[in-house]
Amino acid sequence: MPFGNTHNEMKLKYASAKEYPDLSKHNNHMAKIITPAIYELLRKRQTPSGFTLDDVIQTGIDNPGHPFIMTVGCVAGDEETYEVFKELLDPVIEDRHGGYKPTDKHKTDLDPAHLKGGDDLDPDYVLSSRVRTGRSVRGFCLPPHCSRGERRAVETLSIQALDTLSGDLKGTYYALKNMSDAEQQQLIDDHFLFDKPVSPLLLASGMARDWPDGRGIWHNENKTFLVWVNEEDHLRVISMQQGGNMKEVFNRFCTGLTKIEKLFKERKHEFMWNEHLGYVLTCPSNLGTGLRAGVHVKLPNLSKNAKFEEILKKLRLQKRGTGGVDTAAVGGTFDISNADRLGFSEVELVQGVVDGVKLLVEMEKKLEKDQPIDSMIPAQK
Amino acid sequence: MASTFTRMIAGRYPAALLASLGAGTVAGGLLLSDSALFAEGKRSLYPPSADFPDLRKHSNCMAAALTPAIYARLRDQVTPQNWTLDQCIQTGVDNPGHPFIKTVGAVAGDEETYEVFAELFDPIIKDRHNGYDPRTMKHPTDLDASKITNGVFDEKYVLSSRVRTGRSIRGLSLPPACSRSERREVERVVVTALAGLKGELAGRYYGLGDMTEKEQQQLIDDHFLFDKPVSPLLTCAFMARDWPDARGIWHNHEKNFLIWVNEEDHTRVISMEKGGNMKRVFERFCTGLKQVEQLIHERGWEFMWNERLGYILTCPSNLGTGLRAGVHVRLPILSKDTRFSKILENLRLQKRGTGGVDTAATGDTFDISNNDRLGKSEVELVQQLVDGVNYLIDCEKKLEKGQDIKVPFPVAQFKKY
Repeated sequence: MPFGNTHNEMKLKYASAKEYPDLSKHNNHMAKIITPAIYELLRKRQTPSGFTLDDVIQTGIDNPGHPFIMTVGCVAGDEETYEVFKELLDPVIEDRHGGYKPTDKHKTDLDPAHLKGGDDLDPDYVLSSRVRTGRSVRGFCLPPHCSRGERRAVETLSIQALDTLSGDLKGTYYALKNMSDAEQQQLIDDHFLFDKPVSPLLLASGMARDWPDGRGIWHNENKTFLVWVNEEDHLRVISMQQGGNMKEVFNRFCTGLTKIEKLFKERKHEFMWNEHLGYVLTCPSNLGTGLRAGVHVKLPNLSKNAKFEEILKKLRLQKRGTGGVDTAAVGGTFDISNADRLGFSEVELVQGVVDGVKLLVEMEKKLEKDQPIDSMIPAQK
Repeated sequence: MASTFTRMIAGRYPAALLASLGAGTVAGGLLLSDSALFAEGKRSLYPPSADFPDLRKHSNCMAAALTPAIYARLRDQVTPQNWTLDQCIQTGVDNPGHPFIKTVGAVAGDEETYEVFAELFDPIIKDRHNGYDPRTMKHPTDLDASKITNGVFDEKYVLSSRVRTGRSIRGLSLPPACSRSERREVERVVVTALAGLKGELAGRYYGLGDMTEKEQQQLIDDHFLFDKPVSPLLTCAFMARDWPDARGIWHNHEKNFLIWVNEEDHTRVISMEKGGNMKRVFERFCTGLKQVEQLIHERGWEFMWNERLGYILTCPSNLGTGLRAGVHVRLPILSKDTRFSKILENLRLQKRGTGGVDTAATGDTFDISNNDRLGKSEVELVQQLVDGVNYLIDCEKKLEKGQDIKVPFPVAQFKKY
């Protein structure tokens, strides 16, 4: 909750052991890492804006998780969360991001010229291509903790910056609370509209407060560049189009992001970034690039192959249903995207998706002709 | 970390303080007292007008009562436990309500909420409780069940009788605000006290997190089990945190006296049985409550109560007696009469479906209970319910014989105490 959380001071009257949560049935990164000793050390601290340890971990306490799906179980309320609670968050980050150490440095590379190929994914198989990331505006609290005034300020700043985009990127902002029925229906038909979160993972962290105040969707006229304001992060930036030209999608992504960053800087605001964690976002799983580059691709044969999961793992890719996270695949069409976020640059991750999807499509074609694919299976990246 | 914000507060505070807010301290985390100053700086960046919620589409008591002026005066106030106005009203901001059903839209985090934020809560209480003015009126408490007359209903019509209320343990924060140790302390205090009940009231406690599958199924079959709240009215008020930690159900061996621990209030106390003997249900209710109160007194605890507001509970709608006395009653002919709603209104009764609040009636059986909670004593409310239900049954009988019925005069409002 905003403006300091000194409500938590009164908890310090009670012994740490009495406050320690019951995590006996839990399976998430936070529950795996936290110990009574860590809890005792960190409970006395707050970030400058008043975000406390219990605020960080509430979502992980309220959502025990699933034996098969490891959720993160903690969120940041502001940029300083990652510093103030590093004794908890560094090991969580290490666990989530493949051994990323507190001393590691993260590379940022948003130069689309560095991407090799990617303009020729077979459109008979690759139905659409998409790249998304998030950005946080430095100096404002993040969605779990921001006040209404801060959230509105982020919205105002974002609209000001986005309104000055031109050419292919020129577009319009639709505030969630003012939308007409016609506008709303159009956004639904375009698959652009985001709705009030229903996932308990998000609700338990306080991100849905004051909905729909300060939330909205901006998109360009061509409907290929889209920005979500104040959903799970300050900004979610999405570039997408039908077909397999990932290079064009990534070009637009980088151009758009770079322009937006410049516009914010002109207004004396920058994005939260540091050389250890890269771009700072609400969920530790999105640190670094915050980038998910993916395609909707038809793999009816490959997906039934016993080696499918293994191949994806080797390529450092993950599959989802075409409804996004937590949905199932429909009719052999999958959402295939990079599994990593931190420790690799944007270019590296998109390259991995481009090369990986190319290989998956070749395998699919072989399996269509009943030919074997064993020799094509790559080494672990 | 040179944030825009840190630069902006540079002009307002001495250099020494600013240095202490620099990167070095951040790495180790701030002590809570420094954070209070930082928060103060932030408050000047965002005046109350920047934070005033958008309530234009809202229809709840909080939205009707909250003005920008009240918000400006109260936003930066805190209770002794540092509970804030924003925390009180979050549920009302997040749940606009419905034109036909006016929810309250604000909760208390502790006993002092009703004082510190009186400027908002007094008009909410007035609105919700028929003009009851906490500044000038006193609430009567009366748990002497012997005063009830005609409290045994015709069982041809009344299938079951029930009385419920809530009680809060003074000194511990309420469910929206409590920490895990406070909640566990509530559980400990209550369960220890309940272990002292004897005879007809002797029973046992089932912690929600510890119960076996068999126990769970039994509690479901008995209609005793409560589940994690799904209603956004409750989840937006932070009441489901840490579920199911320190939540549980206690009931006596006879299964007619039941206590919920740490659901929407510290305790909900329920007396119920099949059939129409509301007098006996209320007798057990009063005896049980008094004994529990005695048992917690022995250990140095008391219930939250004062003479303005009666028993203090989480939701302003439950202040006063917190009492809902009701029956499941069959009224096949009367319920189809066009005068049914008016009769209920004048008797100060409400109807619900037999699944409880927000359910629809199935067939001809209704849950009929008292509307009022504050400004009348427990005895008065139960007597009102008894008289009302007897009147409804009388109407039903008349209509069965083809006789006409009358809409009764409205029941009197508060007496002056």
